[in-house]
Amino acid sequence: MKALDRQEVQKLEEFAREIRIETLKQFGNLGFGHVGGAMSIIELLAVLYGKVMRIDPKNPKWEERDWLVLSKGHAGPALYSTLALKGYFPLEMLKTLNQGGTNLPSHADRNLTPGVDMTTGSLGQGFSTGLGVALGHRMNKKDNYVYIVLGDGESQEGQIWEGVLFGGNAKLDQMIVFVDYNKQQLDGYVDDINPLGNLKEKWEAFGWHAQEVDGHSVEEIYAAIAQAKAAKGQSSVIILHTIKGKGCNFAEGIEFNHHMRFKPEQIEAAIEALKEVE
Amino acid sequence: MKFTVDSQAMKDVYIEELLEIAKTNQDIVVLDADLMNSNGTIQFMKTFPERAINVGVQEANMIGMAAGLAATGKIPFTHTFSCFNTRRALDQIYMSVAYAKLPVRIVGTDPGITAAFNGGTHMALEDVGVVRGIPTMTVIEPVDNVMMRAILQDVVDLPGPVYLRVNRKQPVQVYSEGTELEIGKGKVLREGKDVTIIATGIMVSEALQAAETLAEEGIDAKVVNIFTIKPIDEELVVACARETGAIVTAENHNVLNGLGSAVAEVCAAHCPTPIEKIGVQDLFGEVGPIDYLQKRFKMTAADIVEKTKLVLERKKKGC
Repeated sequence: MKALDRQEVQKLEEFAREIRIETLKQFGNLGFGHVGGAMSIIELLAVLYGKVMRIDPKNPKWEERDWLVLSKGHAGPALYSTLALKGYFPLEMLKTLNQGGTNLPSHADRNLTPGVDMTTGSLGQGFSTGLGVALGHRMNKKDNYVYIVLGDGESQEGQIWEGVLFGGNAKLDQMIVFVDYNKQQLDGYVDDINPLGNLKEKWEAFGWHAQEVDGHSVEEIYAAIAQAKAAKGQSSVIILHTIKGKGCNFAEGIEFNHHMRFKPEQIEAAIEALKEVE
Repeated sequence: MKFTVDSQAMKDVYIEELLEIAKTNQDIVVLDADLMNSNGTIQFMKTFPERAINVGVQEANMIGMAAGLAATGKIPFTHTFSCFNTRRALDQIYMSVAYAKLPVRIVGTDPGITAAFNGGTHMALEDVGVVRGIPTMTVIEPVDNVMMRAILQDVVDLPGPVYLRVNRKQPVQVYSEGTELEIGKGKVLREGKDVTIIATGIMVSEALQAAETLAEEGIDAKVVNIFTIKPIDEELVVACARETGAIVTAENHNVLNGLGSAVAEVCAAHCPTPIEKIGVQDLFGEVGPIDYLQKRFKMTAADIVEKTKLVLERKKKGC
């Protein structure tokens, strides 16, 4: 994997902006939602779906596809925007978030949404299922990659550390784990509630190839993925230093931005602000 | 009636059979949480090391990884004691497996009082209840080695998740070789017109014993084995209620939420019938040999006889 050139960086940044706008529109239709943790993973989704993953949006169950397991399942709306923009389903469908009978529930569901590879929502569980997918690919002698996205609050779950221990020992080098370290959880700042300390050192102590990058830099994310792929014979984690609510002007920098209620004009203003950044 | 204790432990028959199936079915994967030597899955590890995973002592991660494996087309069987393979990892079974529609086969060993010397901490008396409450789950309690051999291929072929509740030890032989058994269908082991004893697991031989004693006293008891606790054979349960007008259930489980409850649900809906339940009467388990625990929790043939007489009194009074 070569480094991204300037044009590619611009393209991915533009993709991220589109994902952010479509995600805010989804929330706007409802008046509430998990804004903070959706906004913080958007550059990651842009890099993965815009450049890295082997996918076919017209054939979501394609056997040769790379998988994404959104273990922090409450960020579903960010994934839905990404999938819609990639053509897995019409953008129009994004208006149905959380409506009765929808295919777009708050938390990601593999049986409802084209392109969603795993059902998640109860924190900690997606990581284990992602490890299982990576093991299955290894047993089936397939070269598909699995990308797993964890939250930082989620990293307080015991099951995560079961997975870190197992995954480090299993040396699953067709899998990359990302931790969205946005420093905030539902009840406030992670450091005030149950701090995670130095996550990179912790994962390294469990035998992982660990990197830390700016999770809002598409260049850094892409370069880290390239390095992780080059680290054969070792499981890889990339810790993304992010900002909860990033790019949404009424959420970013607010302590309680995990799940928010807002007025339509706030969403409109946030979208306008994103459009002005061009 | 003379019962024979099988010379082979049920765990060994299970693994023999699974190995046989796995020879032609490359998708079978075995996971165990540090009980490979107890559960016999070590034999699978020796034969198919590339398809066996000892995850160590981490049940939640085991169930989750099994779900992920199922998503890639594998047919995973998870193994540990019943208590750990159900209540310890219940949310994982609920969300990662059942809700996500990923068909994992969960094999819980040492159910109920068969946990014996591991005692109350390890004695799953609620496992059937907790998994029975999860939509799509099939709950099966094999009675003996003949049944284990007869149904395991069908367990592999079921489309949804399965909980297989396995007594590891040498079982009392109830079925004769070659008996045809179908998941979801109960089996009438003895005809009778006064009362039906519906039993599962280790309680089936006790029920047959009780029926012998009752016959000597002029009471004609029908004995039925319900080994698929979910989905339960409603047709058979209703027929028993209609034909005999009284039911005693017998299970190695809390009388709440298990076989007795499942039978009562069916009867309440289709044919209200007096029911008495043999099993642990909403108590915690405790340590000791199985014969002690059977007496302690009133789970012997003699206890079944007593409850049968009680239910027949109720039948007479119409309540």
